[in-house]
Amino acid sequence: MGTYWIPTNIDELLGGIKEASLLHFFLEGFLVASLLWFIFRKSYKKRDVHSMSKEEEDRLIEEWNPEPLVSTPRQDHPALKPHVVTGKAGHYLDVDGHHCLNLATHNYLSFADKPEVEERAIQSIRKYGVGSCGPRGFYGTVDVHLELEEKLAKFMGMEEACVYAYGFSTIASAIPAYAKRGDVIFVDEAANFAIQKGLDASRSSIYYFKHNDVQDLERLLLEHEAKMNPRKAKVTRKFLVMEGIYMNTGNICPLPALLNLAHRFKCRTILDENVSFGTLGETGRGVTEHFNVNREDVDLIVGSMEWALGSIGGFCVGSSFIVEHQRLSGLGYCFSASLPPLLTAAAIASLEEIERNPTLMSVLHGKCQDLHNALSNLGEAGFRVSGFSEGPVKHLFLLNPPEDLGKHQALLHDISQYCISNGVAIIPASYLDQIEAQPRTPSLRITANVDLTKAEMETVIKVLKQAASKFLS
Amino acid sequence: MATEGLLDGARQLKIHGANGKHSPNVANGKANGVKLVRKNGLSPGVRNGMATDVHSKGKEKIRSKESFEEVPLYTAVMTYMGFYLLVVLGYLNQFLFAPPVAKEKNRKGYVPLYNRFEQFYSRYVYRRIRDCWNRPICSVPGAEVVLKDRITNDYGWTFEYTGLEKKCLNLGSYNYLGFAEASGPCAEESIESIKKYACSLCSTRHELGTSPIHLELEETTARFLGVEAAITFGMGFATNALNLPCILSPGCLVISDEKNHASLILGLRLSGATIRVFKHNNMKDLEKVLRNAVVQGQPKTHVPWKKILIVAEGVYSMEGSIVHLPEVIALKKKYKAYLFLDEAHSVGAMGPRGRGVVDYFGVNPHDVDVLMGTFTKSFGSAGGYIAGSKELVDYFRVNSHAACYASSMSPPVAQQIITSMRIIMGEDGTHEGQKRVMQLARNTRYFRRRLHQMGVIIYGNEDSPVVPLLVYMFSKIGAVVRTLVSKKIAAVGVGFPATPLMEGRIRFCLSAAHTKEQLDNVLDILEDIAERLGLKYSQLPRYKGVIQYEDEIE
Repeated sequence: MGTYWIPTNIDELLGGIKEASLLHFFLEGFLVASLLWFIFRKSYKKRDVHSMSKEEEDRLIEEWNPEPLVSTPRQDHPALKPHVVTGKAGHYLDVDGHHCLNLATHNYLSFADKPEVEERAIQSIRKYGVGSCGPRGFYGTVDVHLELEEKLAKFMGMEEACVYAYGFSTIASAIPAYAKRGDVIFVDEAANFAIQKGLDASRSSIYYFKHNDVQDLERLLLEHEAKMNPRKAKVTRKFLVMEGIYMNTGNICPLPALLNLAHRFKCRTILDENVSFGTLGETGRGVTEHFNVNREDVDLIVGSMEWALGSIGGFCVGSSFIVEHQRLSGLGYCFSASLPPLLTAAAIASLEEIERNPTLMSVLHGKCQDLHNALSNLGEAGFRVSGFSEGPVKHLFLLNPPEDLGKHQALLHDISQYCISNGVAIIPASYLDQIEAQPRTPSLRITANVDLTKAEMETVIKVLKQAASKFLS
Repeated sequence: MATEGLLDGARQLKIHGANGKHSPNVANGKANGVKLVRKNGLSPGVRNGMATDVHSKGKEKIRSKESFEEVPLYTAVMTYMGFYLLVVLGYLNQFLFAPPVAKEKNRKGYVPLYNRFEQFYSRYVYRRIRDCWNRPICSVPGAEVVLKDRITNDYGWTFEYTGLEKKCLNLGSYNYLGFAEASGPCAEESIESIKKYACSLCSTRHELGTSPIHLELEETTARFLGVEAAITFGMGFATNALNLPCILSPGCLVISDEKNHASLILGLRLSGATIRVFKHNNMKDLEKVLRNAVVQGQPKTHVPWKKILIVAEGVYSMEGSIVHLPEVIALKKKYKAYLFLDEAHSVGAMGPRGRGVVDYFGVNPHDVDVLMGTFTKSFGSAGGYIAGSKELVDYFRVNSHAACYASSMSPPVAQQIITSMRIIMGEDGTHEGQKRVMQLARNTRYFRRRLHQMGVIIYGNEDSPVVPLLVYMFSKIGAVVRTLVSKKIAAVGVGFPATPLMEGRIRFCLSAAHTKEQLDNVLDILEDIAERLGLKYSQLPRYKGVIQYEDEIE
């Protein structure tokens, strides 16, 4: 039956071809060819994946030589021989056996070794032990955490506060809790490393504006607005991230102008007050108090308890609408053990000290100003001081630095060593140069302390001048 | 929404009993190699499959039992129905009543800050059982913990404290060895260290944040783990998030267990390396991914990977499972990959000497390239470490983000670790540490076996002090946690989105501080709850005899 059926069909088929137009013929031919090509291409690709035999694969595995997990660091790196501080890091401290005036640690208010603060921490150990043994959600919320959050919110005059276990992770978790992929963040190029990590984690588009340059920010905002398609702009959140006092430069941010711009372009604002909290403003409420701006104009204020408060940890304050979100979305809040109760208690004690001493801030500002004036006279010695005069963080830059970065750093290192051996603890600011978003000019970072006296400042200047004449001439 | 296609994709579950010696609670011959296929939970890409695959064919070491029993079909259906019902009621609620929450002021014309579904979920679904989390405590989180009583008069929108307190047995905190103590050597020495070093150095490790106590801690940690060197950091979460990026770069490949902790995932994401996921504890899948990666190289270009890093945890905190370390090490050697092992929950809590899963399996600690762990759990303190060869640790000292930019560890926190670590090592001249390690192992086995006999489904390895009890349904999480607290037991509930939608669970963390009597009390109450709330889902055969509390472990 089959033998009869096929030839007739072929005849019919050939007849069909003869009758068909040339165009029809080519069209059908093309369709068949492309169909075959599709099938062939797929199977070809698949075959490519599986074409290797097991032996070939084994040979590839045999031949593969991965890079070592880590490269060997250079053995003379300062981090491998860190300064060792024996005892407390108070107004004075012992570095590598030298008794030094402390101008290096961020103990601005001398709370790190204040007996009242220590006593509160000790009482806390006697009640709660050391660790909290759990994240905030899982029985890691101790009543002192609630007390500290309430106190911080009240102190800053905002609705709510949430406390993190580590200063670094506070801003690094707060930014990605709000900013997501597709959002836009404008940020000062001098922003500290924790902010940079928060930006990375958010996966948003990042625009750096020149340090403290409001015009440059405006230019970026206008450019962004112009190139944004309006439909997309409706769902793209914009953020402005700034520091109160920049850890990397010591400068204060021009907050009112920045907030004006943010308001105009409907940017939400995140303000990192890791240095300025507890040091700026008449009562230590930070840069918002210093400029007397309405704190509600800032969406989120992030502070640290590691510098002025002499404890560990960080916090965010803002409206409940904003802060509450972090309790479910702040990675470092949800997935980390909570702050040990003793450190929480120490932070509470420090906060109470600030509230109890209304003149503390004006004393600190006076000392910062005096130190700034004294350091400003080092121009002849070869230093340039940078930073807000009433702020506690100053950077001393070399006026004529060596061009080579390594030599530049080594020179500052030598100056620092000289100062330490002569009773003044001054250290270069430490950066990981390869991974900072912007190149950082090496500098000596000097911190002011509320207990500094005029005589001590004179010693500092004397030692720095001696160091300069030894290393810079 | 993520619940689309919920019943897609088959998930394979295998239950393996490697050797019956340690597992009287399941008839091993029958459970061994039983293969159960069930429908998958949500988002197959993220959580597809979770097979436990123990390659021990009766050789070498006796492997204790690990089990992930499947959910009965009826329960699965009811769980989804229950969830959909909650969502539908939630939308109805949202439509009819304005939520009594703070609204944003002065932000007119701004792009909305939050994702709508996220907000809906936390307000109308999560809120219903919100009271089960964030419950404040006001005592040391020891064997018992004092909870601050709170009530809500508006269905979970707000809470008020009644001023009353309730002392509960603590099965919620990670206090594995019971070192969370307000008195005793740890507390006393920590207090001394405050007097000597104060609470903080207000500086970073690169600057002036290194004190002798940090050097002592690092030296002690390295000795404890049996490796050359260690570096410590002030926060466990940051140890992962800030150190993983400095050993990885684009062009590197990371092969990560699907159940890895958020801190690991964040660290990997920040590193810019390519990330591939292998099925939880599934060695076959790990090998497949590894082999494919080495053979194929980087996508498109086929350039070989710079290096391949396997990232796994010792004990998984939500699954109660233990990494199959000997197999992972064998694979890592075969394919020339590196291994990063996060021992957050296992260091101190696992192994005959409390040195973590490395000790538990008796493998050489040098075979793990990067040993990471935290001090929050077994040591009752805070912070984390990275340990390994001197070269590795030196590299971290120079390049770690945390060492350069984050404040150094608080001295009393460091002292707590040093003291507790010495006790575990027996350097205090007593057997206290060894006793605690054994007590935890004993409590773990007893509690897990009794639960199994009860007929509830528990996940994980029978030696793991983390015990997840599956309740599946969203509403049952709330019901169980509330009932437990009313019976003075503090335990943790975990539900979507922390776990897959299907797998709501209650998690118990055992401690060396618990006594047999306390555990018996919990078990009696659980028996009652399991009966009343219908938690006896297990279809495995149960052990009929009396389960003994082991008095001595040789």
